[in-house]
Amino acid sequence: MWRVGKVVALHDETAMARTITLEVPDWPGHLAGQHVDVRLTASDGYSAVRSYSIASAPNSERRVELSVERLSNGEVSPYLTRELVVDDRLELRGPIGGWFVWRPQQTEPIQLVAGGSGIVPLMAMIRSRASAGNTAPFRLLYSVREPGAVWYGAELQSLLDRDQSVSVTYAYTRAAPKNWPRPPSRIDAALIANTTWPSNLVPTCYVCGPTSFVESAAGLLTACGNSPDKIRTERFGPTGDRR
Amino acid sequence: MSSQTYDHLDGDYLDGNAAAGELSKIFTMDVTTALGQCAQCGATGRFAEAHLYMRCPGVVARCAVCEHVLLRLVSVRERVFLDARGMTYLSLDTSQLQDSGK
Repeated sequence: MWRVGKVVALHDETAMARTITLEVPDWPGHLAGQHVDVRLTASDGYSAVRSYSIASAPNSERRVELSVERLSNGEVSPYLTRELVVDDRLELRGPIGGWFVWRPQQTEPIQLVAGGSGIVPLMAMIRSRASAGNTAPFRLLYSVREPGAVWYGAELQSLLDRDQSVSVTYAYTRAAPKNWPRPPSRIDAALIANTTWPSNLVPTCYVCGPTSFVESAAGLLTACGNSPDKIRTERFGPTGDRR
Repeated sequence: MSSQTYDHLDGDYLDGNAAAGELSKIFTMDVTTALGQCAQCGATGRFAEAHLYMRCPGVVARCAVCEHVLLRLVSVRERVFLDARGMTYLSLDTSQLQDSGK
């Protein structure tokens, strides 16, 4: 079933990514971690469907935020990040998925591991925790190309400043800020061991990013003693429009 | 229905989460939390964790353990074809109905 959402706000996260806020009159509510399918239909009837994670916490305003990265060879993301304007309509299917979700009733430590735009559903979890007044300890390991490619940076910082039970570690892969302790590189065993919850605390781990990133991160978490049962993953393709 | 494309996958797989929208045409319950058993190796896993290949024109889900084809879904004009013979069963969690947003 396709619903129609009206664009009520647009916000650039970086030069390459835009957050779209939609108001969906018949939105049934969602859980942090769920996604929607977005359908664009051209005047000749040709249509394209893409999946995007929901960035916003569940809310009573029937608002859904999607953060979309522009891919130069994409069919949908250039339209969503450049041409879409306030008051435009988008067709949505969802919310979708009940596995890669975090519920405010969860009280165990949470380990989030994001690769690039894989931050989106994990940000929804962080926002959902805050809006529900949940105090479960959260850690986020956020792998990102360079400082300018960080999404939601200011919001994460202000959350860290006032909430000691949330921590964020940035892992830069191409370029790090000056004097950053770790040279730019992919996440590795030492980083996972030093910055994620010890496995004896039995954290639930959520890993989201490109397929190769997810494979690597989930493998490293398992090698550190986390049970595969406690690791939930969501993958998206390297070339694609997903999220 | 008009043609749909999924060009976001090129030589790489996603996971069962990505097929949930298409499968919602057929299933009223959330399939990502469903447990399925591979008919080849006998492994049981969440559909969310299956390896998903979305090259046109259909969707193929493979076992995360042995890569056996679990399910194929193809839309052709006004029909949807579902082939699930790669699973001995798929068990769906009805308690999820309350908060899955369906």
